[in-house]
Amino acid sequence: MVVNCERVWREISDYLEGDVSPEMRAAMEAHFKECKHCHAVLDGTRNVVKLYGDDRAFELPAGFDQRLRRRLALEVASGRPRSGMVWMLAVAAGALLAGSYAVARAVNPVQPVLSEHAQPGRGVPGDLRVVVSTEGKLYHVPGCKYLHVRTNESPQAMTAAQAIRDGYAPCVRCLGKYLIESARWETNAGTRPSETAWLRRNGGSHGAVTRGAIQSERADEVEAAKRLGG
Amino acid sequence: MGGVPAKWTVTSRPADSKELAEGELIRRVQAGEREHFYELVKPYQRRVYAAAFAILRNEADAEDAAQEAILKALQHIKQFRAEARFSTWLTQITVNEALMRRRKQHSDVMEPIGERQEEDGNYTPRDFADWREIPSEALERKEVREGLAKALASLKQQYREVFVLRDVQHFSIEETAEALGISRASVKTRLLRARLMLRDLLAPGFGGSFFGRLPFEKGSKPW
Repeated sequence: MVVNCERVWREISDYLEGDVSPEMRAAMEAHFKECKHCHAVLDGTRNVVKLYGDDRAFELPAGFDQRLRRRLALEVASGRPRSGMVWMLAVAAGALLAGSYAVARAVNPVQPVLSEHAQPGRGVPGDLRVVVSTEGKLYHVPGCKYLHVRTNESPQAMTAAQAIRDGYAPCVRCLGKYLIESARWETNAGTRPSETAWLRRNGGSHGAVTRGAIQSERADEVEAAKRLGG
Repeated sequence: MGGVPAKWTVTSRPADSKELAEGELIRRVQAGEREHFYELVKPYQRRVYAAAFAILRNEADAEDAAQEAILKALQHIKQFRAEARFSTWLTQITVNEALMRRRKQHSDVMEPIGERQEEDGNYTPRDFADWREIPSEALERKEVREGLAKALASLKQQYREVFVLRDVQHFSIEETAEALGISRASVKTRLLRARLMLRDLLAPGFGGSFFGRLPFEKGSKPW
């Protein structure tokens, strides 16, 4: 059997899978010896499979592990699995109290607050780059001397919006100027944007804060459950 | 509950000590020791994230979908059958979660339309340059990982998801076909095309530019 380049390209993936007949394998191997181009294609394709198959090829976003642990801890602490019925009731409650951020938070319990002082952080620009440590409850400007990290740990960078979502409170030493600004808003009632508006503007809670988003997500789940007969 | 396969029938069974430890962890979590679930999923975080990222192509959405899938796996851990591989079951839940979110976003209309070749397996490689030999440490370098992620993200959805399940998640051809609800033949055709397209996209980098600059050279900060 003799194969040309086009045929080799068509079979190259199955060849790497070991999923070609012995005759085809022999013909392709003969071709690779002759054809430099096809040999390069084979090497490159094999490298692609090898590189992407390596666990190191994909990097987790900074703080992924920490956020996952927090969500799991919350789930474990809740003691029982969420059922579809609970979600439906939560959505109904959301509909009754349209626009209420408190309700959205209750049905979307992903942000445990590490510190009771987390709220005043709203004066800090959401896109500001900040750093946190695993043990700490505060977020800081990079380089702040009040950020304490363990010797084998490096500070974790994120945006202020992310830090607030994760329940960190601002460090009053390095972020003081923003907090004073925020306090001025507090005293001039009516001029401070509502928290819901702030979160929406700053992409709060991955967009699931608004009632509509939660509702449509649950509707999808119900639909998928029906499809699976679950 | 949405997104969780009702039954799972893969028959490959792990045998080494690490996997046995995993089996023990699964039994404990199923028996109610839910605090051990983190230990169980920790080794698969990257894989789960990669599966979600391949479908959603957005870091924040992928993280949220990956974590939601892990929470669902915990909630439905009793549905897991011992004859299946835990990593495959977890990935399957993630794929379902991510696909559900993508449908919600209607992001199919945003797919790149440049790639319009028919799906018949006839793909002509564009680049015949030899790759330099790749040292395994190449993956420790951010620019290499970024190059891989960027190339993968530029593929059309149908190629990307098949490639990720087969070559990143190490699903079998059958498992990939089942997870995506397509035929075995489609999996093989799309896989071929995905691999060849990725090779074309990455060949210039691995032919030189990924290795042309030493780390911490001028302009590249070590922090």
